[in-house]
Amino acid sequence: MLTVNTLTKNFGVIQAVNGVSFTVEKGEVLGFLGPNGAGKSTTMRMITGFIPPTSGTAVICGHDILTDPVAAKRCIGYLPENAPSYHTMTVTDFLTFIGRIRGFEGADLLKKVDAAIEKSRLESVRKQSIETLSKGYRQRTCFAQAILHDPQVLIMDEPTDGLDPNQKFIVREMIKEMSASKAIIVSTHILEEVDAVCTRAIVIANGTVVANGTPAELRARDPQGRLDVVFRKLTMKE
Amino acid sequence: MSNLKTVNAIFKREFKSYFDSPVAYVFLVAFLVLAGFLTFGVAAFYERRQANLLPFFFWHPWVYLLLVPAATMGLWAEERRTGTIELLLTLPVTLVEALLGKFLAAWAFIGIALALTFPIVITTAWLGNPDLGAIFCGYAGSFLLAGACIAIGVFASALSRSQVISFVIALAICLFMLIIGFDPVINAVAQWGVPSAVVEGIATCSLMQHFESMRRGVIDFADITYYLGVITFMLAAAHVVTDNRKAS
Ligand SMILES: Nc1ncnc2c1ncn2[C@@H]1O[C@H](COP(=O)(O)OP(=O)(O)OP(=O)(O)O)[C@@H](O)[C@H]1O
Ligand SMILES: [Mg+2]
Repeated sequence: MLTVNTLTKNFGVIQAVNGVSFTVEKGEVLGFLGPNGAGKSTTMRMITGFIPPTSGTAVICGHDILTDPVAAKRCIGYLPENAPSYHTMTVTDFLTFIGRIRGFEGADLLKKVDAAIEKSRLESVRKQSIETLSKGYRQRTCFAQAILHDPQVLIMDEPTDGLDPNQKFIVREMIKEMSASKAIIVSTHILEEVDAVCTRAIVIANGTVVANGTPAELRARDPQGRLDVVFRKLTMKE
Repeated sequence: MSNLKTVNAIFKREFKSYFDSPVAYVFLVAFLVLAGFLTFGVAAFYERRQANLLPFFFWHPWVYLLLVPAATMGLWAEERRTGTIELLLTLPVTLVEALLGKFLAAWAFIGIALALTFPIVITTAWLGNPDLGAIFCGYAGSFLLAGACIAIGVFASALSRSQVISFVIALAICLFMLIIGFDPVINAVAQWGVPSAVVEGIATCSLMQHFESMRRGVIDFADITYYLGVITFMLAAAHVVTDNRKAS
């Protein structure tokens, strides 16, 4: 459903992403691991069409993000890093705006907005303006925005960042629930999340993929089977 | 191809966001007070004892010079600062749709400010017997002039993530585009010995010259084409800048 083909991004002399390739099929939840500055967000930004790659491309549901960006973007739900949203709008207005842009109208639009609010457990704050929400609720508002149109491909950059333990649990459950019908990519720094939700994980370091396998396969790289040790070995040079 | 529904959704959000903060009302009041003060105070509207709006429209370029950059500085700069640009441009939206939505929202906002000056038309109609056609023409010219300034503002807003810098850039470009057609400046330059053909050629590119005839009640197809041309050009420039700088 999602094919990433040797994506490369240079910012001047900095090589942020260097020849990253992988595929994600329906039913898979791909974990994106890697130290700070590894190139996770940059890769996601290229897949979602926010920044153009220096070379390579991504194909989403058969649409190339470079040659047919609008069709590709229709298939994607994206939760960017730091969950941006229009702070002066209320939660409902914000989601209605997103729904309109996604092409919904009238009663259908209201239904989609209500469903997204319910799924993201935002009922209690739906009339509140986003700037008055706590960080976790803002995160959930942006999450609601990403799933509003029931996308085939869902890309989330640190979706549980800033959530309390209960909310982290709920978001993970939701990801698992949705995974049957979608191809999902989640980046995270929380290694337990890999076990909890991912069917496969990719480790990126310095812009290149250094490991790609199921959580069990990654674990097998350490005699004690500890993911954090494997992660350190893969991403720290000596 | 632009999808009008998308443009409309962006337009509505942007237009409403003006009224989310008191700044919009401050802006509208400032516009009316400034226009009123310059017309009645500085230009001595009543003392002229003529039933036309020439002195009223005379000041519009200078009012726009100050207030349009204030209305446009946030259009892209704010999206960059808060990171919502990443949200907007990963939705199924083309850059043209986003630019049009933003541009039209700012234009409609200035249009409201302009429409709120209607009491001056009523006053003039009540005191004398003005040429309403000429007044309509003046308003149309003023609105087109505002559109050109706004397109410049949209471009300036795309250049920087700082609203202050966007404001200054928009003001500088608008000022330049105005004074190259402002009579005192033209006369001064002519005295330096610059050939008059050159001076006039440059002046015809200015925002001022094309407003001058419309202010006096003459609608010329060339003037309208000029303004639409400036708007298209500046929005195209904004397109290039936004496309190149969206991630930084
Ligand atoms: N706009 C930019 N201009 C210049 N360099 C950039 C830009 N965006 C990212 N980089 C660089 O690219 C590299 C990868 O950044 P990226 O944000 O993708 O990392 P990340 O894996 O998401 O890290 P984190 O875990 O901290 O979120 C970093 O070295 C960063 O400094
Ligand atoms: Mg990141």
